[in-house]
Amino acid sequence: MLSIAVSIAFALVSGALLLSLFRLLRGPDKPDRILALDTLYINTIALLVLLGIHLSSSLYFEAALLIAMMGFVGTVALCKYLLRGDIIE
Amino acid sequence: MLEMLLSVLIVVGALFTFIGSLGLARLGDFYTRLHGPTKATTLGVGALLIASVLYFSTRGEGLSLHEILVTLFLFITAPVSAHLLAKAALHLRVRSIAPPPPEAEDPLADTRVRAGD
Repeated sequence: MLSIAVSIAFALVSGALLLSLFRLLRGPDKPDRILALDTLYINTIALLVLLGIHLSSSLYFEAALLIAMMGFVGTVALCKYLLRGDIIE
Repeated sequence: MLEMLLSVLIVVGALFTFIGSLGLARLGDFYTRLHGPTKATTLGVGALLIASVLYFSTRGEGLSLHEILVTLFLFITAPVSAHLLAKAALHLRVRSIAPPPPEAEDPLADTRVRAGD
C-alpha cells in the first residue's frame, strides 16, 4: 500500500514540476519566473523526501536541506536585484 | 494502521504540492499566482515531511529529526521570499487583474475638499 501511495505521489510531484517549468518558460514578467524557480526548488525538496521514503535511505535529507538553504538565498538575491538593480550594495 | 496513515499523508502532501503548482500555472495575474506556491505547496511539503518523520522514526533506529530542520527552514523562509517577490512585483508595476482602488488615483482629494470648507 505504501509503495502504491509513493508511486502516486511521484506522479503528482512530477506533474507539479512540469507545471512550474511551464510557468518558468512562459511567465510574462520577471517576478513570475523567480516565483516559478522558487516553486521548482520546493518541489525538488518534496521529490527528494519521497525518494528517501522510497529507497528507505535517510541520506537524501542532507541534500534537501542544502537545496532549501541555497534556494532561499537564490530567491532573495534575485528579488534584491529586481528591487535595487544590485545585490550587494 | 501506521502504513495507512503514512499513505494518506504522502498522497495528501503530494496532492497539495500539485495543487500549488496548478495554481501557479493557471491563475490570472502575478499577485494571485503568488498564493499557490506560498500556501498550498508549503502545506504539501510539510505533510510529506511529517510522513517522513513517522516513517524513519518507526523503523527501530530511534527518533529521526533531520526533517524538522527542513520543515523549520522552509516554514520560516517561504513567507519572507513571498514578501520580497511581492515587493519586487510592486516595484516593477506588474499588471494586476484587479482594478486599482479609487483612493489610489488621487490620494489627496479628500483632504483638499476638507481644507476648502
